[in-house]
Amino acid sequence: MMIWSVIDILICALVVALAMAALYAPALRQRVMFFIAFGLVVAITWARLHAPDLALAEAIIGAGLTGAMLLMSLDHTSDMPREPASYGLRIGSAAMGGVLILGLMMIVSSLYPIHDGAPTLAVSQRQVESGVSHPVTAVLLNFRAWDTLLELAVLLSAALGILNLGPARRSCGHAASLTDGLARVLVPLLILSAGYLLWKGAFAPGGAFQAGAVLASAAVVIHLTGWEKLPRVGLRSLRLLLLVGPTLFVAVGLLPLLNGQAFLQYPVELAGLLILLIESAAMVSIAGMLTLVYLGGHPHANWPIELVNPKEPM
Amino acid sequence: MNSLSELLSVAIVLLAVLVFVAGTVALIRLPDVLSRLHAISKIDNLGFGLLVLGLILIQPAWIDGVKLFGIWILVLVSSAATGQLIARHAVREEPR
Amino acid sequence: MGSSPLLYAVTGALIFGIGLLASLRDEALLARIIAINISGVGVFLMLVSFAYRGFELAPDPIPHALVLTGIVVAVAASGLALALEKRLAELPKSKTHKEDSP
Repeated sequence: MMIWSVIDILICALVVALAMAALYAPALRQRVMFFIAFGLVVAITWARLHAPDLALAEAIIGAGLTGAMLLMSLDHTSDMPREPASYGLRIGSAAMGGVLILGLMMIVSSLYPIHDGAPTLAVSQRQVESGVSHPVTAVLLNFRAWDTLLELAVLLSAALGILNLGPARRSCGHAASLTDGLARVLVPLLILSAGYLLWKGAFAPGGAFQAGAVLASAAVVIHLTGWEKLPRVGLRSLRLLLLVGPTLFVAVGLLPLLNGQAFLQYPVELAGLLILLIESAAMVSIAGMLTLVYLGGHPHANWPIELVNPKEPM
Repeated sequence: MNSLSELLSVAIVLLAVLVFVAGTVALIRLPDVLSRLHAISKIDNLGFGLLVLGLILIQPAWIDGVKLFGIWILVLVSSAATGQLIARHAVREEPR
Repeated sequence: MGSSPLLYAVTGALIFGIGLLASLRDEALLARIIAINISGVGVFLMLVSFAYRGFELAPDPIPHALVLTGIVVAVAASGLALALEKRLAELPKSKTHKEDSP
């Protein structure tokens, strides 16, 4: 076990060091780079803490999509050196921050050792009733389905806000033969892995969110390469895409009401099938939402072809 | 478990670690973008390849070995492509 | 299982604090978005280390589900913030300068 203590200390030190670098590096570009590295080390931390679902999500969303998004926005942001806050203010806020951190650390350490509470025991006892054998999926789509439904609503409102904030960021559009070839290999494989993750989510780490994020990263590849050989996606079908997940979720949630049961209380024998149905629709919508989040605005009518910068030599 | 394959696996993984360390040192020490790219592509191809080979040897199910091999191929493809892109960008920026 | 989950929880508290502190600085919006994301990861670290039950036992799935939700909501919020920032940058300079410092 000695070796694990060493690894734990190394991981924690790396997380803190990368966080500090991402917060205090002089140039914004450096901070973004450090943030991406931070996200990847955090993904390793989730794997170490036996949370493979989170490791997948963090690597795709936390480091990948957020990193790509931040890199894209760098062009719009100027470093904008503002006058620093007064000395007293800085000392004061640092002192308050120190007190906050120390207090939080003490509270956190007083919580140990941690034992399973009633909800956790209930999850492990009633796992069979959920229709899936992977506990995280059972919690997400059955026991705490309300949370997930509302999360989709949050995502939808963010996507709608972005849709109304103007056109998408321009891609740098290196439509060279190399990136075209890469997209040809990556996009079909990403779609395949999304399907795999979705299916696997019922009994192993994976599920709608990871699968949707993988699909969104396929869209990122398409956007970055300005891929031409793709059917056009109009705004109307985009809206449909965004709505199919939440709508189906609500519809399936309403069905048990006819039997006099509670909202989202699926019948036990149908639960597995219903969860797969909801997850499939949710995956598509999540992919659309995350793509919009990445694009930062509504895509052009001819996305992604219009986004290739006409000034760039092909 | 076959102890011979375990031993071989440990040896190959250690070799991979050696490549990773050497590559990281090179990444820090080398002066310009192109030679750093050279270092990092060695890590991706050789270091990661050895790591995958070492892990394939101790997989209980052969399908897991196939998956690991697939991951290596994907890393190869993407590292080759991104390496080219970064190098092209670096060369284009240089005359300024 | 030793004290390793405690180590991660304490690291989480530290990350949350330094991220929060950095997000309050008067800086480029992008830097503050990074800071808020980092402090969010601090919260996630605390939650996930509470879920950890050692090498033999399966971890508590409820915090994992919560954190998965959190990761997705964080990227959505960051995306909306960045889109707002882009819109802000497109507005005439004289207007934005007064309004964007709190």
